[in-house]
Parts: sequence; structure tokens; C-alpha cells
Amino acid sequence: MKHHYDTVIIGSGLAGLRAAAEASEHGSVAVLTKLYPTRSHSTAAQGGIGAALGNEEPDSPEWHFYDTAKGSDFLGDQDAIEVMCEDAIRTIVELEHLGVPFSRTSEGKIAQRRFGGHTRDFGKAAVRRACYSADRTGHAILFALFEQSELQGVNFFPEFHVLDIVIENERCLGVIALEISSGEIHTFSAKATLIASGGYGKVFRTTSNAYASTGDCLSILFNAGIPLEDMEFFQFHPTGLYGPGILITEGARGEGGILINAKGERFMERYAPAIKDLAPRDMVSRAVMTEVREGRGINGRDYVYLDLRQVPEEVIKERLPEISTFCKIYLGIDPSGKPIPVLPTAHYAMGGIPTDVDGRVLKDERGSVIHGLYAAGEAACVSVHGANRLGCNSLLDTVVFGRRAGMAINSDLRNTEKGSIPQSMIDKAGDEIDSLKNRTGDEQAGTVRNELQSAMTDKCSVFRTEQDLSDLAGKINELKEKSKKIELKDKGKIFNTELLEAIELDHLINLAGAITHSALQRRESRGAHFREDFSERDDRKWLKHTFVFKTDDRLEFKYKPVTITQFQPEERKY
Amino acid sequence: MKTCTFNIKRFDPEKASTPRWAKFSVEMEQTERLLDGLIKIKDNMDGTLTFRRSCAHGICGSCAVKINGKNGLACQTLIKDMPDTITLEPLEAYPVIKDLVVDMSPFFEKNDKVMPYLVNDETPPDRERLQSPEDQHKILQSITCIMCGSCTSSCPGYWANKDYLGPSALLKAYRFIFDTRDNASGERLEKIIHNNGLWRCRSIYNCVEVCPKEIDITGHLSKLKRLAVKKKLLERK
Repeated sequence: MKHHYDTVIIGSGLAGLRAAAEASEHGSVAVLTKLYPTRSHSTAAQGGIGAALGNEEPDSPEWHFYDTAKGSDFLGDQDAIEVMCEDAIRTIVELEHLGVPFSRTSEGKIAQRRFGGHTRDFGKAAVRRACYSADRTGHAILFALFEQSELQGVNFFPEFHVLDIVIENERCLGVIALEISSGEIHTFSAKATLIASGGYGKVFRTTSNAYASTGDCLSILFNAGIPLEDMEFFQFHPTGLYGPGILITEGARGEGGILINAKGERFMERYAPAIKDLAPRDMVSRAVMTEVREGRGINGRDYVYLDLRQVPEEVIKERLPEISTFCKIYLGIDPSGKPIPVLPTAHYAMGGIPTDVDGRVLKDERGSVIHGLYAAGEAACVSVHGANRLGCNSLLDTVVFGRRAGMAINSDLRNTEKGSIPQSMIDKAGDEIDSLKNRTGDEQAGTVRNELQSAMTDKCSVFRTEQDLSDLAGKINELKEKSKKIELKDKGKIFNTELLEAIELDHLINLAGAITHSALQRRESRGAHFREDFSERDDRKWLKHTFVFKTDDRLEFKYKPVTITQFQPEERKY
Repeated sequence: MKTCTFNIKRFDPEKASTPRWAKFSVEMEQTERLLDGLIKIKDNMDGTLTFRRSCAHGICGSCAVKINGKNGLACQTLIKDMPDTITLEPLEAYPVIKDLVVDMSPFFEKNDKVMPYLVNDETPPDRERLQSPEDQHKILQSITCIMCGSCTSSCPGYWANKDYLGPSALLKAYRFIFDTRDNASGERLEKIIHNNGLWRCRSIYNCVEVCPKEIDITGHLSKLKRLAVKKKLLERK
């Protein structure tokens, strides 16, 4: 079936929906998602969305700007960071007007709490900047944006799996997708295509990410010659529930929770004397892993405790109900009475599809754009998060840059003619599905996927070395070969999730390669990328963004300077 | 470790016209989720087994299924709380697409009928609209709904009459009617006061029993009923 829209958006999380609301004011909009819109992974965001509202104590957008630049280990582009922080207050007020049910202060204002790396007076002390709806902030915003975009007449295509993004002569013509329920191929021709498909945490074994977070669109674009930016920077959230890796919000520490080791020490006092447990995530994750490595994990094992016993029970009940439920369901413990075993969990991709501050996708490190192609949210790299994202800046990023991409689409639409997707591309997508279904061999997708995820978690996590990374690169090549021998049992058309998992696995392997090789190249330690063999930040050589290109199955690296406007790189102490 | 028998009601429309039952024997840890078991079967035993899943920790609502006769989330049900034989069926009352996957569109369409969005046509203030914590608490339970479909699928009122809005859509109406920032409560109430709406709820409490977010849905619907009666009585005067 063939569809024609002015704008096609892939992904129905916060970035996609905010862009859809904007773009639907000037043209027809289709939103494709491989789930249902309300199932998008934005719904799992817990702790808050950052803005210097100053509702609970004095705050300023400039402090927010400074914290974000410093949090990024000075790899974030400061023009983009300034845009985001300056737009934050307007963004939150707008969300509130759209119906987001934020938690409230006694005066009825939006309630705010402390979060990692957010400070007053350029690092003096932690500040209450995260606006929240208990610990279900992503869910609250996602539902409000979904409800409003339905009202605005956005057309939703739930359970459509993207097979290809069509680019010809440096112009994007639209999307080819599989309707999961029927197995039929649909095409969506569009003047503008926005990638808002989220992250790819499923390259790792222990992750807070959803099964759907497989980065399909990034991999498709990478194969089409579009570079990926800063892929070596992947955030490991310090407090994943020990075992399943389920996220326990930083808000738990914002409300007074502390991390303790086997000796009962509040060990963050040693690593970040000023803001302790509310240091940025890269530092806290390294601290947790250092405690474990040096034998101070609980009972000598590989986890530490997140202790909420000193947080008043009514605060937990009112502001952290969801994570308390997780602890009760998955570990059988009540966090008011017992500390929570935690370990870092793969959480957020700082890297992604390079864009300008208006969401236009860049095809090279010099800033040239692909016409009609946009990206926003976790899939994109603007870059506001640089080498390490601060908590509660990701929701802000999605809404601010989702809206800006929508506005850019509106202004570009006027000068764009409708293109059409060539039949040859549609045939190619169909052939690829047939060849996957007809493939023979003795491998199973699940086994190869598990091997990949384990290898990534073991060798490309909080601490990295040249040896581990090159071993991993070899392993990924081996798995790529293995994946060609995966034989599917399900040959059907209707709701063939085995087929989809095989497609997703190819994308995961592709992205794992980009991450690993980008990490091998960067011989320094910055933000979430810590090389034990190059343990210092090296601004002289490495104050630059990585652009990895895939050409004829080889990877090529180019670099782009970081935009620094207001804050010169300094030693990062907290 | 324990050996669990997964007894799954399966249906493949491309192969048969009626459902069948299939048994799988799986080694499971006590702390594992039911969903982990389904994934083990799909990965290692039968790739054709079809089910929905995404977040795997009870917040996206994808994996709602009938577990030993009672609706729930496969990702929020642990093996330690299950007997050795686990019977899984697709959610009742929705058309089955394949195995444990049902067509959710009738469910979402009902939601669309209750004006499921905040309406406020007044010029907004420069800052947030104020709302006291007490007023926010009125909608606190209702905003935690993840729209998994467990409630509506467990409702005898819905089994008997597929035109009934069902508990989930009515809860959504509640969420906006009791939001102090909303201006369309009267209009929204009219959309649910009819024989296929609020009055078809017979307070059976199945919805409350199965809700994975432990929302007192029937209690919320009772508040709506009281509001509706009051409105009609006032109109009569």
C-alpha cells in the first residue's frame, strides 16, 4: 500500500510526538511506531525533566547551561546547550498547559527536586531543578503529548516496522515499512522524514532499555552512508536494580538516598566531596565499579546498596512510588526498611545521528545536510549531552529539539516538492525479507543476540581497554558471520516477530561495531568513555566529535570540532 | 531452578482455523519473570511463538495476557509466585491475531470516545496553571494507567456487549473530569452517561482485581456515577 504525507515521523515517543504536534499545523503527518504510541520507551523515564523554574529555590538557565556543559565533560556543543537551557522554562510551562499532571508544591506550582550534576552558582551545591510527576514523569508527558496529537489529527500507524529509509541524490523521499499484523509492505512518501526512534540500549546485556530499543533507523542510515556521531559515549546509569538492570531513578538520591559499600561507608564522599551522591552518572558509575573491584561490594559481590532508609516514608510513598513497587515485585524488598542492591545498567546513548540545532541531519563533519531528513531525541546527536548526559536533560532534549525539528520541517516544506519512492527500493525491501525467511543454517537469533549483548557488557562498559575492545571487535565480526546462518522457523506473514527480531539483530550488530570501533579510536578518557590505558582527558588531541562512516563494509573516521562559546574546558570536579 | 510447564493457547491463522494448546518445559529461576520464560521458549525451542513485549518492567503495558485464568503482565509476574504449570491465553474479548497477540484497536477506539485530552480554552497564564497537591491527588491513581487492556478484557459487561466503553476508557474520562485544569468536564460526562457507558458498569470489581497498577477502577467509576446523578438531578430542578 502506498501512502503520501507531507511529513512522516518514525517513533512515537516524546520527540516524535512533540514534532508531530508542530508539523501537523502546516501539513499532513503520519507517525509510525513498531509498538503502540503509549508503549514508547519515553514512558519509562522516571525522575524528571530539567528546567530552571526556580519554584523551590533560586535557579537560573545560565547555571543549567554551565552544569550541562560541565556534565558533558565539555564535549557538548555549547550553542545547542544554550538553546536547550534557554528554552527549558517555556517548554515545561507549555507541557503543563497541555495537561501534564506534574506533582505540585504546597503553593500549587510544579514541584522540583535535586538531580545529579545540577547545581546552583556554577557548582556550589545541588539545586532543585528536575520537574516531576512522582517517578513516572516520562509516562505523564508521553500520555499528554499523545492525547494532544490525536486531537490535532496526527495519523498514527501502530505496529509498523521500518525496513528502509529512502535517500536518493542527497534527498530523503520517505520510508518503507512492514505492517506487522499483515506482513504487507507499505510505503510512505514524504517531503520530510523525521527519525525519532529512540535509543539502542539493547546492544548490551544489562540495560534499563526496552526490547524495542534496537536502533533500527540509525543502522539503516549508517548503511546508507550517513555518519554516526560520538557512538563511543554510552551512559551507564549507576543504579540499575541488581539482576534485571531495571532503572532506579536518580531522583531516589535527589530525595536523600545514599550509596553505601560493604563497610557501610557513604563512598561518594570520597569521589565527589561537594555534591556526593548527586555527582554526574559517569562518575558515580565509575565509583560504584571501583568499590566493587576493590572488594567493597556487598558481601564481596558485584553490587552496592542504594539506601533509602533515612528518607521519610511519606516522601517515598508520594514521590518514589513506582521504584518502591519495582523493588517489592522484583526483589521482594521494601526500600523503607532495606537497602536496594544496585549496579550500573546501560541506559542512554549520547551518540547518534548528527544534526544541527534544528534537527536537520548532517551527512558529514563539515555540516552539509541531507534534504528532507531530520532526527531528534535519543536517536539524534545535536550534541547537547556530549560525553555524558545529566539526568533529566534527556526529556528536555526530546521536547525542545522535537519541537524545533517540527518548526524546521514547516519552514522547509514550502520549498520542497513531493518525491516518490522508486519501485526498485520497494522490491529490494521485499527481497530482503524473503532472503531472511529462506536462509538456512544452524544458528538461532536468540543465541547470537545473547552472545553479542554479553560481549558488549563484558568488554565495552564502564571501564574499557585497548585489548578488550579489539577482542570485542573480533567477536562482533564473528557474530556477523554467525548471523548469516540464522534459520527462521516462522515463515508466515502475519505478526512474524521472529523475522523482526532477526532484522533487529542485524542492526544491533551493526551499531555494536560502530560503538566498539569509535571507542578504540578515542585514546583518552572523557565522560562515559573511560579508557584504563588512557585514563586522562586529552583536550589537545580529543576535544572533538567522532564521525564514523561506513563505506563498503569498512569504517572510516572523521572528526568535528566542539563548539565552545561561554565555558572553557576546566578540570571536572564536584 | 525449577522446571515449569508453559501451557500456551496458540493460534496461527495462516495454518489453522482454530486454536490449539502447546506445552513447553522450561528451566526457570525463581526470581525470573514469566516473560523471561516466553523469551526462552522463543529463543531456544520454538521461534514461531508470538507475543508482545517491550519495557519488561510493568510500565509499557505490551505483555498483558491471561495467566492461569487471570489477566496480568507477563513481565510483572515472577516464577516464584506461580505453580509448576502455567497456563497462558490471549486477553479475552479481543480478536486474536496470532498466539498471545490480540487486536487492541477496539480497546484504543473506546478510549477515543471520551475526549481523552485536557481541554482548556482560556488564555493560558505566563507560567504553569496552579493546582494544589490535594487537587492533583484526585487524579493521582487514574494517571498511572498504562492502557494494557487487562481491565476491559476482564469485564463481564464488556464480554456481553462490545459497544460498552469499558473500565479503561471510563477511567480515562475520570482522569480529565476530575482534573481541576480541565474546562470540558460537563461535555465529557455527557459522552459517558448512556447505556453503553457508565451505567453498564455493575461494580463487579474484576477490573480492580487484575489491574497491574493496582488502581481502584470501580471506586473511580463510582465517583463518576455520583457526579452523573448529581448533574442530572440538578438539571431536572
